[in-house]
Amino acid sequence: MVPISYYLILSGILFACGVTGFLIKRNIISIFMSIELMLNGVNLSFVAFAAQWHALSGQIFVFFVMVVAAAEAAVGLAIIIAVYRTRETLNVDQVDLLKL
Amino acid sequence: MTAGGTPPLLGNRTLNLTTFIVVSVIKTVLALFVLLTAVAYTVWLERKVVGHIQNRWGPTRVGPFGLLQPLADGVKFLFKEDLTPPHVYKPLYIAAPMIAVAFALTSIAVIPVGNSITIGHLVIPLQITDVNIGLLIILGVTSLGVYGVALAGWSSNSKYSLLGGLRASAQMISYEISLGLSLVGVLMLTGSFSLRDIVNAQSGTFWGFIPRWNIFYGGQFIAFFIYLMSAYAETNRIPFDLPEAETELVAGYHTEYSAMKFAMFFMAEYANMITVAAVASLLFLGGWHGPVFGPPLLRALLPVLWFVLRIFGFLFVYIWVRGTLPRFRYDQLMAFGWKFLLPLAIANLMITALVVALRA
Amino acid sequence: MTHLIIFLFFGGLCVAGAVNLLVQRHPINSALSLVVVMGSLAVEYLLLGAEFVAAVQVIVYAGAIMVLFVFVIMLLNAGEEERTKGSRVAMLFGIPGMLVGSVLVGWVLIERTGTQTVSAGALPGAPRTIGWLLFHNFLLPFEVTSILVLIAIMGAVVLASHPDSDQGKKES
Repeated sequence: MVPISYYLILSGILFACGVTGFLIKRNIISIFMSIELMLNGVNLSFVAFAAQWHALSGQIFVFFVMVVAAAEAAVGLAIIIAVYRTRETLNVDQVDLLKL
Repeated sequence: MTAGGTPPLLGNRTLNLTTFIVVSVIKTVLALFVLLTAVAYTVWLERKVVGHIQNRWGPTRVGPFGLLQPLADGVKFLFKEDLTPPHVYKPLYIAAPMIAVAFALTSIAVIPVGNSITIGHLVIPLQITDVNIGLLIILGVTSLGVYGVALAGWSSNSKYSLLGGLRASAQMISYEISLGLSLVGVLMLTGSFSLRDIVNAQSGTFWGFIPRWNIFYGGQFIAFFIYLMSAYAETNRIPFDLPEAETELVAGYHTEYSAMKFAMFFMAEYANMITVAAVASLLFLGGWHGPVFGPPLLRALLPVLWFVLRIFGFLFVYIWVRGTLPRFRYDQLMAFGWKFLLPLAIANLMITALVVALRA
Repeated sequence: MTHLIIFLFFGGLCVAGAVNLLVQRHPINSALSLVVVMGSLAVEYLLLGAEFVAAVQVIVYAGAIMVLFVFVIMLLNAGEEERTKGSRVAMLFGIPGMLVGSVLVGWVLIERTGTQTVSAGALPGAPRTIGWLLFHNFLLPFEVTSILVLIAIMGAVVLASHPDSDQGKKES
């Protein structure tokens, strides 16, 4: 028997790590991975709440999050490739012209 | 199966935890031993069959028909000098072959090889564990196997390896889609992810004599060929062995590896071949179904024999194809996967869905 | 008891992976620690009984999305990230902010839901029930996400293709 709050705290830690990574990372791919980490933290809390309230819809939401994450990864990585092609850098501080 | 603490079911009886652990460990060790031996002898078989296809003899010197050749090879791999090139990224360079071989060996855990045997009052299914998401676990584990190849290519820090790793990851992501879609038809017919359920649904015959295998009864023969071709690409075998094309890339992702690390990539490749063959026979060719007769022990073991024969047949086809077909060009490979196999798989899926809906 | 031990072990693995993602300078190391996080999260899902979610987590997240990341890192040959001035400011405010925030959230969670426990396999999310829900109660969202995926595919192809050539269209 594990208290449900343990799962929520774990998800909170993961989310916080994602936020921190988003803030301190300068490599655009690492920033993107931090976003994925945040999504994963949220997914865990969805599943934990599903177990708490005996509602399977919590698990369904995880699928939608995953689909959105997959779509986001495809488009985001394509944008990263396009940025790298024109800028030849992955450092976000040097990508500040708001155009390709 | 429910995960975690509740005692898992073994046969029809709920056992206590100790017995379960003991039986599981024995089964795991046995399965690993058989798998590794099979891997070694698949290499021997390949050398022998390709040799005969090319009008050579293959290995003949060590033992009768060269049967002890795998042993000699193993000793050679163990005692060779394990070179680590100076420019590699060491942690990943060492981890990559382990990742490859670990994921290749993991999927054996959910593959059933036969019904069950009874020892005393203990009914032991011939499978390490029967989970209701068995097929998904195999798909997941094999999709993780790409990390071994990709990381090997990247960490070697050599242009041939990098190209091999890049090709491997792109190819494996692309063909995984048609591979997955080709299996969905079978899943719709059975309504279960458990490999045991899928095999049990294929027992019996129809029209008197044709076995009710999915490839005949379910009309899944298109899916079967899609699966076979995608599986060749997933396991990096000729005609899709672009990641290690020796005419262009020296040896692709394992150019910089030597001794046991190289052997681990080899083991991973052949273990993956065996897994693919096992899944193909379980899903499309009726698993272990076949004529069963004789005393109880023979009745329990004959299905295993039929299953092993099917796997052997698939491995033989693998080797046959290797001896026959030339290699694809890379753009042809991508076009084939995306423009031919994927639409075909989707069309097959829709037709199967229609048939299932009309039958229901 | 076993439940708690497994939870703590894989939870610890999760946190270690997440912290390692932050610490590592090279994106490929970050990507691999993220794979570790996702793998251990799949085990946590199994503990909560969400079998199908766990399998999909491994197949989609660890097996497809992260492979795409690793592929792009290899393709662009991304090197170690360099620290610039902006990142130090972010560190100065980000880490204390994160610590305060997580302590606050953790405290609230323990206060509010402290007594409720969950046993292993609490809510079995078998593929059959999940599928039934997905195609009955959630049919409209399902169809909408399929359109989203289609748009994403087209967007990825358009963005990643060379502007002055019609070759090189491969994105999933």
